[in-house]
Amino acid sequence: MTVSALPNANGSEIVIKITGRFDFSSHQEFRQIYENAAPDIQAYTIDMNEATYLDSSALGMLLLLRDHAGGDNSDIRIINCNEDVRKILSISNFGQLFRID
Amino acid sequence: MSSASLTILIADDSSTDRHILSAIVKQEGHQVIEASNGMEALDRFAERVPDIILMDALMPQMDGLEASRLIKQRAGDQFVPIIFLTSLQDASSLARCLENGGDDFMSKPYNRLILKAKINAFGRMRRMHDQLQSHNRQMLLEQQVAKTVFDNVAHSGSLSLPNLRYSLSPLAVFNGDTVLAERKPDGGLSLFLGDFTGHGLPAAIGAMPLAEIFYGMTQKGFAMEDVLREINAKLYTILPTEVFCCAAMVDLDVTNKMARIWVGGVPSVYLYRADRGSIEAIESSSLPLGVLPPRRFSPEPRDFPMANDDRVFLWSDGIVESHNAAGELFGEQRLAAIFAQHPDPDTLFDAILAAVENFIGGSGHDDDITLLSATMVDMDVLGLPLLHSSKASVGGPMDWKMRLELGPQSLGVFNPLPLVLNILTEVEGLRTLSGELYTVLAELFNNGLEHGVLGLDSAVKDDALGFSHYYRMREERLAELQQGHLCLDILHRPIGDGGELTLEITDSGPGFDHSHQDMASVTDNPGYSGRGLALVRQLCDELTFNPAGNSVRATLRWPRPTWSESQPNG
Repeated sequence: MTVSALPNANGSEIVIKITGRFDFSSHQEFRQIYENAAPDIQAYTIDMNEATYLDSSALGMLLLLRDHAGGDNSDIRIINCNEDVRKILSISNFGQLFRID
Repeated sequence: MSSASLTILIADDSSTDRHILSAIVKQEGHQVIEASNGMEALDRFAERVPDIILMDALMPQMDGLEASRLIKQRAGDQFVPIIFLTSLQDASSLARCLENGGDDFMSKPYNRLILKAKINAFGRMRRMHDQLQSHNRQMLLEQQVAKTVFDNVAHSGSLSLPNLRYSLSPLAVFNGDTVLAERKPDGGLSLFLGDFTGHGLPAAIGAMPLAEIFYGMTQKGFAMEDVLREINAKLYTILPTEVFCCAAMVDLDVTNKMARIWVGGVPSVYLYRADRGSIEAIESSSLPLGVLPPRRFSPEPRDFPMANDDRVFLWSDGIVESHNAAGELFGEQRLAAIFAQHPDPDTLFDAILAAVENFIGGSGHDDDITLLSATMVDMDVLGLPLLHSSKASVGGPMDWKMRLELGPQSLGVFNPLPLVLNILTEVEGLRTLSGELYTVLAELFNNGLEHGVLGLDSAVKDDALGFSHYYRMREERLAELQQGHLCLDILHRPIGDGGELTLEITDSGPGFDHSHQDMASVTDNPGYSGRGLALVRQLCDELTFNPAGNSVRATLRWPRPTWSESQPNG
């Protein structure tokens, strides 16, 4: 899988795009993206449009991002999930922690 | 100067070349073994495994290529570098040397400097390989020991009960999946299936405290919610953010024929109805364990009536997420189809495993494939739980009494049964009766709470719909409770070689007409309610109500006949 990031014009938001399988092999890559992002990032959007699948390690990575982004005060949206990805997020009830559109 | 002396096998049919090579190698401080053809090289290799082999490609009897192939075969996991020394120049011949097990080659006439450098380089590689292998052996050894400890902790429960089936397929020495089962003091059964994120040691580590909490609290009679809260709090504290445990928990109450089910992060638990062959899917309704801080984690299990031979199926995501060679997921539809196609409930478990195995074929497992099923049975199929005691066998308090009075605030949040049971089993003679004691306590306490304090009518439970309605009302009224109390008087006194325990439970309710209860027996109550009191009557020596019907007194004397002797036939 690949991860790419795109900050918006005013630099307060970042879109992280996931392509392919989102699993333990992307741990390093995913972590680097949000750790290297500008410090004034307020909001995160995870674009799953081209993500085919995610496993429980990916759920763990989302939790790491949530901690990094301020825990309960974080602003993270997960968008464009396909059916498989949405199913996994809903079984885990991650809707309680993230905005899933 | 090389860092260590190596043993080097030189195989060359030209004695001149051999001598020159030997001289160079010995000058560098290495030891030399000589062979004049491939056959000899094999014999020398069998006598003593060298650190490096310098092999001429063209030799009579057996050439270097054949000898290399055989040596590499025999070396197995050992790394024995072979450097070909050859007058061959064309690329395809040189490539063939490497294809037959060679690791490098040098063309004749060779450069002394480069030869020395290559020997040193391969010597380093060989040492690194040895180190790697010894680390690997050490790691496997440590994992074996850790696994023994892990198995003793995690699998010490009741997984061998006749109404349980389970399958755990390990990906490594450990896997992220945990299956636990333990008897409850009331004779029922608690099941837990957990799936930690990741695999291997990190995934297995969380299972140890989890198992300890599950077994410890289940044996003491704590409610499912309490056990889950404790596990969540522990995992939240000890695990790093990205590691958590997707899980499902099921309590089977074999007396009242119901299942309490909680699902957090694993696929839906299936409830299979044996009479209709239908399935009910109980969906995940909670975040996995170890994600939410304790103050925000509030498990809400649901209750389901179950007839004998009905089954629950619990699985990790390994089953629905198994891939076939084409990358398709096994999926829930295929799973549901198996239930539809297999009318015999006894073969369902094997049918599911076989279908998944068949589906993934040779493509290998993506995740741990774990399956657990339990069948609703009568208590006599399981026998009474044997609750172990680590304390000494004599003594304990014999002449004592105590009173515990719980007001509305306490009744809403506190389950006194584990505490009371702990005190009762301080009496040595009562310890072996803790199963019976818990059942008596629980039935009488819940009767007093539900009918007396909360004013619930058990007639509501007469059908499956009313059953869940009843337990919803119980929860609502308990949450809003403003008045009422429940009083528990316990008296123990010694008699003869044993003792007598009197439990008196009084509620603040108006009482009820118990005249018909005095005659009832277990078999008269085929519905969802009313089994409790009949069972208590069997377990006690005496059971009496006060005239108003808001106070009940149970007396048990010990030593007493065993369960099977006091059981009525049938």
